[in-house]
Amino acid sequence: MTDLPPPSDVKLGLVIDLDICVGCHACVVNCKEWNTAGYGAPLSDINAYGDNPSGSWLNRVHTFEVSPKNNTGGGHNDARVVHFPKSCLHCDDAPCVPVCPTGASYKRREDGIVLVNEDWCIGCGLCAWACPYGAREMDPAEGVMKKCTLCVDRIYNDTLDVEDQIPACVRTCPTSARHFGDLGDANSAVSKLVAERGGFDLMPEQNTKPVNKYLPPRPRNNSSQSNSTSRANNQAGFTDDAPIDLIALASKDEPKGFWKWLDTTLDQLQ
Amino acid sequence: MRPAFSLIFFTTLSGLGFGLAAVLGFGLITPPSPFWWLITNGVAIMLIGAGLLASTIHLGRPERAWRALSQWRSSWLSREGVLAGLAFGVLLVFTLDGYVNTPRYELGLLLAIIALITIWCTAMIYASLKTVARWHYPLTPFVFISYGMAGGLTLAAAFDAAFNGQSSSIIGASSITGAAILALIASGIIDFIWSRRAGANGSGSTPESATGLGDLGEVRMLMPPHSEENWLQHEMGFTVARKHAKILRRISTVLAVVLPVIILTTTTLQSGALMMAAVILHLGGVMVSRWLFFAEAKHTVTLYYGARH
Repeated sequence: MTDLPPPSDVKLGLVIDLDICVGCHACVVNCKEWNTAGYGAPLSDINAYGDNPSGSWLNRVHTFEVSPKNNTGGGHNDARVVHFPKSCLHCDDAPCVPVCPTGASYKRREDGIVLVNEDWCIGCGLCAWACPYGAREMDPAEGVMKKCTLCVDRIYNDTLDVEDQIPACVRTCPTSARHFGDLGDANSAVSKLVAERGGFDLMPEQNTKPVNKYLPPRPRNNSSQSNSTSRANNQAGFTDDAPIDLIALASKDEPKGFWKWLDTTLDQLQ
Repeated sequence: MRPAFSLIFFTTLSGLGFGLAAVLGFGLITPPSPFWWLITNGVAIMLIGAGLLASTIHLGRPERAWRALSQWRSSWLSREGVLAGLAFGVLLVFTLDGYVNTPRYELGLLLAIIALITIWCTAMIYASLKTVARWHYPLTPFVFISYGMAGGLTLAAAFDAAFNGQSSSIIGASSITGAAILALIASGIIDFIWSRRAGANGSGSTPESATGLGDLGEVRMLMPPHSEENWLQHEMGFTVARKHAKILRRISTVLAVVLPVIILTTTTLQSGALMMAAVILHLGGVMVSRWLFFAEAKHTVTLYYGARH
């Protein structure tokens, strides 16, 4: 039955640090690499080098620009870029599970991982419609629903080295922006990280109770008194509020030689 | 949401078929001879069959469709499948029994109730999704049921005209056309209110809540995750022709309600053939309305792809 099990004590999941993700997409690629040969049918990759490539992915990295609403100084200088990896959040109250008409979608009692039994899936797509996050994708070749398995075939796989017994995305992240652990255990490293950094849920208003948490980008130090970069910039003759002047960055004095040429050329282009 | 033709045909054809089954089951029309009994019931059987066939075409693995009957305890799609099968079976028994003996209206009443609950379940597949605010609205099932009943009654009125008033009805044969007109107008009003009100307040989710970055400011998509449109955008990010929604809704109302009502109220036009044309116009209008039902619906996943709603 696709009724949700009672919340499990063990809640395996990911903690994703938006402060240090650089958007390299290594997690995306390694996820596809592992999962195309792992659990279930291969992740299709149709016309990969053609005009209109398609295929299923279990993890994707979005990139957003965040602009402060009250732009007191300078406006554009305060906007920041946030790379945003997104895969299944293995919700406690997963809306994708009860809508499944076949019982193919289920949430594991023992560790809370949400999985699809691909031998039962009829490819109706209703679970993907029920998921607010876009965590599920229909495989265009197999006609069944694909989703993040939290690398269930790695994390319990004793034939792998211990350091490899974590999800592929976590293993490969070069900046350690992704963390894996038991979020049901308040004393686990991931739970402490969430408590320390103010980890949050995505779309809490959808009442899905995601297990995965996101860590917010750390606040920027905008005070020019304490910020060495700002101080250097001020010495260079401009402040945070002013548009960046490439020429001034290169030289504090009057531009000479190449820079002078660039300066006048840019002026003429304006 | 992408308006897949398989789903438009599924919901409109089976809706009309179950509507006619309910009309027959309630005894709102009884054809004058066993032969015509088979024809009218056969039309309901074919409409339901065509609708259910269209629904299986939508599946990635149609050969496993039978598995969808198992999860009726939690899934509206499964409930729809179970009840559709049950209604289909009861309709077959009701039809054969009524052909051999006289129609048994205890069985008919059962058929009518199951048929209406089936339409309700069809609508609930969509109305139960919190992710699509446009569908997650209390009036949504009534749109499906009122169109099903209006179509079924219009079809019954057309049969009555074809039988030259020889058919009988528990409300009196002369009242069938009147009932159809009332049902058509009611369905038009319900769909109009639905189109104005459903999802008007949005899903409550924003790019800020979707990313959790609202505390830092306004969130705007800078780069999508891939260079090409993915399945999520194709399936749930449908925006094409949404700008034509206003004119399409007018076309839908004219076809589904206005023209059929004109034909049904003008006694000089009440030939079997013209009334059948009214049914076809009505069905076309409901299909346009159902196309908009999908095309205008916005899914929360699009918030990750630059949408704001």
